[in-house]
Amino acid sequence: MKMMRGLLIPALVLLLSGCDAVLFSPSGDIARQQRDLIIISVVLMLIIIIPVIAMTFMFAWKYRESNKSHDDYAPDWNHSTVLELLIWSAPLLIIIALGAITWTSTHKLDPYRPLDQIDASRPVAEGTKPLVVEVVALDWKWLFLYPEQGIATVNEMAAPVDRPIEFHITASNVMNAFFVPSLAGMIYAMPGMETKLHAVMNKTGDFEGISANYSGAGFSDMRFRFHSLSDSDFDTWVAKARANGNTLSREDYLKLEQPSEREPVHYYNTVAPGLYNAILNRCVESNRMCMSDMMAIDQQGGQGVVGAYNVTSLDAGTRSRLGVADDGKRYVGALCAARGATGAPVTPAGRPL
Amino acid sequence: MNTPDLVKLIFGRLTIEAIPYHEPILIGTFAAVAIGGIALLAVLTKYKLWGYLWSEWFTSIDHKKIGIMYMVLGVVMLLRGFSDAIMMRAQQAMAFNGSAGFLPPHHYDQVFTAHGVIMIFFVAMPFVTGLMNFVVPLQIGARDVAFPFLNNFSFWMTVAGGMLVMASLFVGEFARTGWLAYPPLSGLAASPDVGVDYYIWSLQVAGVGTTLSGINLLATIIKMRAPGMTMMKMPVFTWTSLCTNVLIVAAFPVLTAVLALLSLDRYVGTNFFTNDFGGNAMMYVNLIWIWGHPEVYILVLPLFGVFSEVVATFSRKRLFGYASMVYATVVITVLSYLVWLHHFFTMGSGASVNSFFGITTMIISIPTGAKIFNWLFTMYRGRIQFEVPMLWTMGFMITFVIGGMTGVMLAVPPADFLLHNSLFLIAHFHNVIIGGVIFGVFAGINYWFPKAFGFKLDSYWGKWSFWLWLTGFYFAFMPLYVLGFMGVTRRMNHFEDPSLQIWFIIAAFGAVLIAGGIAAFLIQIFVSIKRREALRDVTGDPWHGRTLEWSTSSPPPSYNFAFTPVIHEQDAWWQMKERNAERRTEGYLPIHMPKNTAAGVYIAAFAFVIGFAMIWHMFLIAGLAFLGLLVTAIGHTFNYKRDYYIPADVVARTEAARTEELAAHV
Repeated sequence: MKMMRGLLIPALVLLLSGCDAVLFSPSGDIARQQRDLIIISVVLMLIIIIPVIAMTFMFAWKYRESNKSHDDYAPDWNHSTVLELLIWSAPLLIIIALGAITWTSTHKLDPYRPLDQIDASRPVAEGTKPLVVEVVALDWKWLFLYPEQGIATVNEMAAPVDRPIEFHITASNVMNAFFVPSLAGMIYAMPGMETKLHAVMNKTGDFEGISANYSGAGFSDMRFRFHSLSDSDFDTWVAKARANGNTLSREDYLKLEQPSEREPVHYYNTVAPGLYNAILNRCVESNRMCMSDMMAIDQQGGQGVVGAYNVTSLDAGTRSRLGVADDGKRYVGALCAARGATGAPVTPAGRPL
Repeated sequence: MNTPDLVKLIFGRLTIEAIPYHEPILIGTFAAVAIGGIALLAVLTKYKLWGYLWSEWFTSIDHKKIGIMYMVLGVVMLLRGFSDAIMMRAQQAMAFNGSAGFLPPHHYDQVFTAHGVIMIFFVAMPFVTGLMNFVVPLQIGARDVAFPFLNNFSFWMTVAGGMLVMASLFVGEFARTGWLAYPPLSGLAASPDVGVDYYIWSLQVAGVGTTLSGINLLATIIKMRAPGMTMMKMPVFTWTSLCTNVLIVAAFPVLTAVLALLSLDRYVGTNFFTNDFGGNAMMYVNLIWIWGHPEVYILVLPLFGVFSEVVATFSRKRLFGYASMVYATVVITVLSYLVWLHHFFTMGSGASVNSFFGITTMIISIPTGAKIFNWLFTMYRGRIQFEVPMLWTMGFMITFVIGGMTGVMLAVPPADFLLHNSLFLIAHFHNVIIGGVIFGVFAGINYWFPKAFGFKLDSYWGKWSFWLWLTGFYFAFMPLYVLGFMGVTRRMNHFEDPSLQIWFIIAAFGAVLIAGGIAAFLIQIFVSIKRREALRDVTGDPWHGRTLEWSTSSPPPSYNFAFTPVIHEQDAWWQMKERNAERRTEGYLPIHMPKNTAAGVYIAAFAFVIGFAMIWHMFLIAGLAFLGLLVTAIGHTFNYKRDYYIPADVVARTEAARTEELAAHV
């Protein structure tokens, strides 16, 4: 028993030090509200949990066989309508309260919903445009595209403090989860699909971002830094990226997309137009059909059996330029389609694809 | 046809390179397994036990023996699953400050995948199925299950699946995908090697066993109850088994289907879950959790039944609120189908969908809470004996409510966005699976062991095992809750932040305590066998039980009951004792019994070969084995000598011996 106490005290001290854990001291308004929900739900449930644990010990002690002092042994007592009502309704009431909180908070903190407050006391000013950041989870690194600034970065991102951020998230190959614990809860990054996250950072500083969904061998090092900067520092950061960066063409992207681990931070000052959309629609390769086009064709009835033969792979020239082997990867080939007045592809009949 | 083609035809993609002779850990393991295996075989041969094992156990269709074999399988696989656990704990405690630890990702990722797969499919499932198999027919006054041969076959299919997982240690490798093998990571593009195929085939083969055993027990409970045992007079363990088997029959086909779709993607180039050609991985995630969430209740419901039996027996009191216990079980069964999406709130469903599934999840805590209160009020005004099964039950009640609380925290979608995939989640589900399932299994083993073998388990070592497991659990998993709050994600191979290390060291210490708990359990079995005369129970009712299984001798005769009991009330055996019911000692009739058969072993062996051959693309061998399987299965249907009668005088002699024993005891 003494040994146990010797172990328990340091354990308690450690437990208290755990209270400044990142989820309990977030720096972003969304993460703060999510933390509050954790605390509220725990407090609500402790109303039931504590009495249950206490009663377990109490009953075990009082009604132990060796306790001769109590003589209210009732071997056939097995029903009490009042008690049964109580044991069903007490948890029910807690769950009604928690359910109501869940419904409202889930809607309020829906990651797809644009923010309406910067923090508890400051609403988002009318006409504020969020900073759009397009996030791509690659094997095994993060690519951030800044359409407004026209730059891109790998394994490092920055955002001005107190400015709402709108993340558009996808992945190149396998599923990951985009997670900056101080900023907001995670959301999956999935190939061929886009998820969204709205969040805002309320403190300046250097924070950690991770992938929170196992994605293969290099997963443990799939980390990035999130710099929350003042407006002027953010401008400096953008300028630095522009000054030190290279070009991110579609072919550069295909090269970057190849699996690598512990990729150092680097910047791009020019990004191929429409790159994010091409990644999302899985048509960065020039001879590949975009999923959006595919869906448009299918919506009009599809190509029938003929479409099944429209399969291709990276052409030999591109492969040798990229230095990648023919790994047998096949995909749906691009169609030669005329462009309409809006620039969107159209079918021979003149209908938009 | 030239030689290389012939080699390829026979061996598929299996080459000598697939044997991991360059991995010292695996070579060590293999050496240990080989030496242990040879020693075991030698002992079996020396004492001429082969014939006995084959005719009395392996080919047995007696539900009690099959139940015991399931428990043995569970214990053996627990050792494997736990070695994986302790390797992970060691790796995570070491891999700091630039150290890569001792397990590179290639190996570590297999270890955590295998740990999850083994613990769920080959430890928890055999334990649960074993308990149900042994206890349910006895509790309902039946002589065996509805389909005795199917029962034996189901067991061997589970074994064959387990053997495939074990084979992956020494031939090739296991999946590096996590225990649910989400695509696209588990697809051909990201995982072209055999790991995922081992995963698929071991689960498919074992899944056949699980589904059939579910059908079997379902039919048994519905059709074979003793006269008078209406639904609302069934023991609670039988009720929870009924609900579990309903879940198995309804949920496991979904797993079979989703794994079949994944195999089609991997073997014939379909595109159900691929990134291109219209595949969608989200379908897989939905389908696997439509199986996966009911699976959680498949595991825990029977143990709720165990706790109900144990609490009533050791409080010497009728179970409080039988009816509400039954309704709670049924409500949980139904609701378990309506919550699967809470495993992926972070996938980006709309707020209304997320809150719907969050709230249904919370609603499950209402019947579960009612159950906890029912157990509490069973203790109230009782006379509680702290025998080992009761200790496990008390440990469960305290531990499980904490796990329930963290579960409801995770059910609030915005909170889940922070906690999902973190070590908090890991702590939560180990909290409910160890605190609920494992504690329940140990309660059940300690409770029914004397019924199975005729002597109690040694309580000194039983208490050691309990206290080591309990403290080990808290040391191992409370730090994980804290780490979850620190934003630490699951499945990490190494860490950068040195301040986390102390928590992982505490967790590793907890794992060592649990290792002690497992060792104490094995010692408990060993010591009990040595001291069996001192621990002997001749009454068949060592705990003053309440349900029918305690009315027979221990171990029960192969026919269980010489006369089918007639039931008038709940707690049938308790009522018989109260009314001083006489044990009938004459008028025996011949008893119609099923006969042992080896067909189950053969068919399962063929299934193992099919699985192994398919994994390595040895399609010729797979085809031949499938042919063999078909022939054996059809051949078995022509076996008309599948039953026999125990003559009345044999029954009379067996029962007379028991009469004598009982008389000598009093």
